[in-house]
Amino acid sequence: METRRVPRAVSDPKVRQVGFFAPGAPPDRSQSGPPHPASSSPPVSEISPSGNSLSPVMIPPPRHLSADLARGPHFSPAAPLSPMRAARDSIPVGSYNPSEFVAPTASEFTDDALSPNWTARRSNSGKFASSLPAGGFDMSSLKQNNFPASSLTTVSIVNMPPGITEKDGGAGVEVQKERSKTGSKASLKPLKEQTTKAERRAIQEAQRAAKAATKGDGSKTPAASSGLGSSANANPGKAAKASPQKKDNSPVAASEKRGSDRPQDKDRKKDVPHPRMQFDDKSRVEKAKKRSVVKQTEAKNRVELFRHLPQYEHGTRLPELESKLFQLDPVHPAVYKVGLRYLAGDISGGNARCIAMLQAFQESIKDYSTPPEKALIRDLTSKINSYVSFLIECRPLSISMGNAIRFLKSKIAKLSLALSESEAKAILLSDIDRFINEKIILADKVIVRHAVTKIRDGDVLLTYGSSSAVELLLIHAHELGKNFRVVVVDSRPKLEGKLLLRRLVGKGISCTYTHINAVSYIMHEVTRVFLGASSVLSNGTVYSRVGTACVAMVAHQFRVPVLICCEAYKFHERVQLDSICSNELGDPDMIAKVPGRKEIDSLDDWANSDNLQLLNLIYDATPSDYVSMIITDYGMIPPTSVPVIVREYRREHLWT
Amino acid sequence: MWYRSASFILDQQQNDGVAKPESRLLSPTAPPLSMAETPQQIPKISAYYQTRAAHHGVVTSDWLAQAQAAVGRQADEAVSDDSLSLKSGESPKAFSVIDEFNNWRKQPELAEAVAAIRALASVIRSSEANTMMELEIELKKASDSLKSWDTTSISLTAGCDLFMRYVTRTSALEYEDFNSAKSRLLERAEKFGEISYKARRIIAMLSQDFIFDGCTILVHGFSRVVLEVLRTAAQNRKLFRIFCTEGRPDRTGLRLSNELAKLDVPVKLLIDSAVAYSMDEVDMVFVGADGVVESGGIINMMGTYQIALVAKSMSKPVYVAAESYKFARLYPLDQKDMVPALRPIDFGVPIPSKVEVETSARDYTPPQYLTLLFTDLGVLTPSVVSDELIQLYL
Repeated sequence: METRRVPRAVSDPKVRQVGFFAPGAPPDRSQSGPPHPASSSPPVSEISPSGNSLSPVMIPPPRHLSADLARGPHFSPAAPLSPMRAARDSIPVGSYNPSEFVAPTASEFTDDALSPNWTARRSNSGKFASSLPAGGFDMSSLKQNNFPASSLTTVSIVNMPPGITEKDGGAGVEVQKERSKTGSKASLKPLKEQTTKAERRAIQEAQRAAKAATKGDGSKTPAASSGLGSSANANPGKAAKASPQKKDNSPVAASEKRGSDRPQDKDRKKDVPHPRMQFDDKSRVEKAKKRSVVKQTEAKNRVELFRHLPQYEHGTRLPELESKLFQLDPVHPAVYKVGLRYLAGDISGGNARCIAMLQAFQESIKDYSTPPEKALIRDLTSKINSYVSFLIECRPLSISMGNAIRFLKSKIAKLSLALSESEAKAILLSDIDRFINEKIILADKVIVRHAVTKIRDGDVLLTYGSSSAVELLLIHAHELGKNFRVVVVDSRPKLEGKLLLRRLVGKGISCTYTHINAVSYIMHEVTRVFLGASSVLSNGTVYSRVGTACVAMVAHQFRVPVLICCEAYKFHERVQLDSICSNELGDPDMIAKVPGRKEIDSLDDWANSDNLQLLNLIYDATPSDYVSMIITDYGMIPPTSVPVIVREYRREHLWT
Repeated sequence: MWYRSASFILDQQQNDGVAKPESRLLSPTAPPLSMAETPQQIPKISAYYQTRAAHHGVVTSDWLAQAQAAVGRQADEAVSDDSLSLKSGESPKAFSVIDEFNNWRKQPELAEAVAAIRALASVIRSSEANTMMELEIELKKASDSLKSWDTTSISLTAGCDLFMRYVTRTSALEYEDFNSAKSRLLERAEKFGEISYKARRIIAMLSQDFIFDGCTILVHGFSRVVLEVLRTAAQNRKLFRIFCTEGRPDRTGLRLSNELAKLDVPVKLLIDSAVAYSMDEVDMVFVGADGVVESGGIINMMGTYQIALVAKSMSKPVYVAAESYKFARLYPLDQKDMVPALRPIDFGVPIPSKVEVETSARDYTPPQYLTLLFTDLGVLTPSVVSDELIQLYL
């Protein structure tokens, strides 16, 4: 148990590095990864209150260091990476829930240890890390972590006298069994034989170090870079013998499989505040705060159901950020500017935000030069990560931005190592340009071309809020000489529809403007509803500006077709059933105050009242039942076909 | 292709400007005009329905007589001068395609789309093109002229498009040798024709599991696929009963009941308005389709929508039998969002000139009212149609 908690202490300094300060932040895969369950591990923080407290067992794993040293002379290109690797090796340690690391070890790791390509993989870890950051790095971490407690020990220490190994492994198993018997309660509580286990672990560690050192010295083969891998390879017989034992233990491991799918999520969680981080998890929020550039104040009155979302703290953040402009050298000024504009609300709307972000990245790539002894692929990725985490702190990412970031990262990862820096940069710049042009601007044109066929003379079109695609569509239809009328429905507090209304009226389109309160009244004369979307999820749910679901439902009730205009790059394979589990909170002040209407501002000092909670949601989810058609750059499709588009086209067009 | 089919409303307007000349008497592009209001302008009859009428011999004579009476003397001319007027209007190249198509079309058991597919295959066979590009252009021209021959027939349009997709989207185009590439194309074309031809058989086999002994089936319209399904079921010695709607105005139900009576299947004829009355006795509804659209809904003979609504409200399954060449990249949002196909209606008494008559021949049934689609691709839920179409067209 404690063996696994220890590493956490080690990891913390490392994690702090990650934020915006360290150039070598590990790649962040969290932006748009598959949704992961919120791991529940509140009690951990109580056990070891501060992650920083130096634990006596906080020894950087000697085996790996020696391995790296041993490898140094042989692989000069790998050498510069070694410090980072050492740092990485200690990452897993920061697990919150100690029991989580056991199961993967027993299954994944041993399999790998027995398979011949494990060694190759380890020795290539430098290269691997660039292409699949998760792979090598997770493995190494798991490996080193799990030795003491799991049955693996037997595999790893094959060179030791068999008697000791057996006994040791057996003891470990026993402990494990005991723990599994006592169940989850026990796994959270420190066990009694802490000290004995710690001792045992120390012994093992020392033995392993000694063994690895001798190995490294003796064989001098590249394979020796991984003490474990080489030992497993060198003694296939032994390993094979050990495997049945592992099988025996597997039920034990399985009993603790609860958290087995989480470790990767874990590591990811620590990189940046995940966009879908659970903000009601105290320990995690603490962590995130320590790393963040922006000092965050605690929001006072959180709405019960939405505690897990990042709370809005606009007023406190902006001045602080501005004052830090010259201190934050790792964040490129262009990115900084965009971030501040997000924060101030200057840029809003999915496409605008996405384009602004990509252009800022372009600027930063233009000015980028690879530091000496670093690989562009890895260093640039970590740079981008740090920018992204900065942007997240300014305002949570939209799904479209997540997709765009995923695209950019895959482009970086796919760069050939042989390219010179300037070539690589030129390729990236043109890739970003292409993305903006094809996936956003051209896509909008195609959408408009499709959608305009659904507008007939005499139609009354209703739109809600302000969607760039819908605006283009209405203007295009007007230019084609179609004879129609527009109802612009708007809502407090953003009143975005006013701008749209202004532009439409300026073009000479006849418009009606109303607030969402009147939507059920106005709906009976409407013949088509055109809406924009922030994202379309793979069950056909439309994730859009709050109020969209209301409009769509009313339209459905009145049997008015609801058409959603959404570019395909905003599609996401996630499934979401409600607007609670993932959403964004806006400034509560915005709904509490009505500008210019002093007489109805009765909530002036709301922040001081404990029993008042204000909820200003930004998005909502419209179930697919209320959507008649989704118009994308791939044509007009029913909402049931979203997964087909995601499956068939995302992979080839976006991620390659 | 997509753009063309989606923007049919625009195309329609353009066509209206172009297709006025008398050489295109048959092209049914005119907007629905009440005949009484503008007697000098002939409301054009959908060529699709003319073909059907010609195939269903029983109805033809009186139907044509009614058409004549309703439309006036020029329509008669149009029908008799069918091929002549077409010949004069088309360029020599297109003319041969249409001719070929008309030849195939004469077989009563052959669907229009299959005839078109066969005709297109023969275009490849007789082509004198020397390069792949030329051949493709030639094929494109032929299919365009076929499609413009009758814009109201969804299956004809869809069949031509699918043929183009199926035949030209192949690695065969990368062969360096033109002749081998051409023969490969021809092979694919014939294969596609074969698949389309066999589609009805496949559907009939697939749907047998759904017809159980003692069931009562409501059938609307005369669909050759549905007839094939029922015939196969009868041959398999299943015991079932058919309720057949009358199918005004061309009395397709009468013809179907005629066919079924020959098979010794118990049939009961209903007038179209008795559907709700007898729905509680019905176990399932079986209909064909003129076209299956991207939403998974169907476009079919007038009255299908209301039957589906009644069936839905009484929780009876609605099954659609349709060949996959009827899958069209259309997405109507409501009933009026389609190319209107017109058909004269005989009310038996003179209609006062002030009274308008709804002459539209088909309606759109949204997917939520359909249970399953029996196609040669398998038994599909309505939402799969779009998946298939996306995979075919993108």
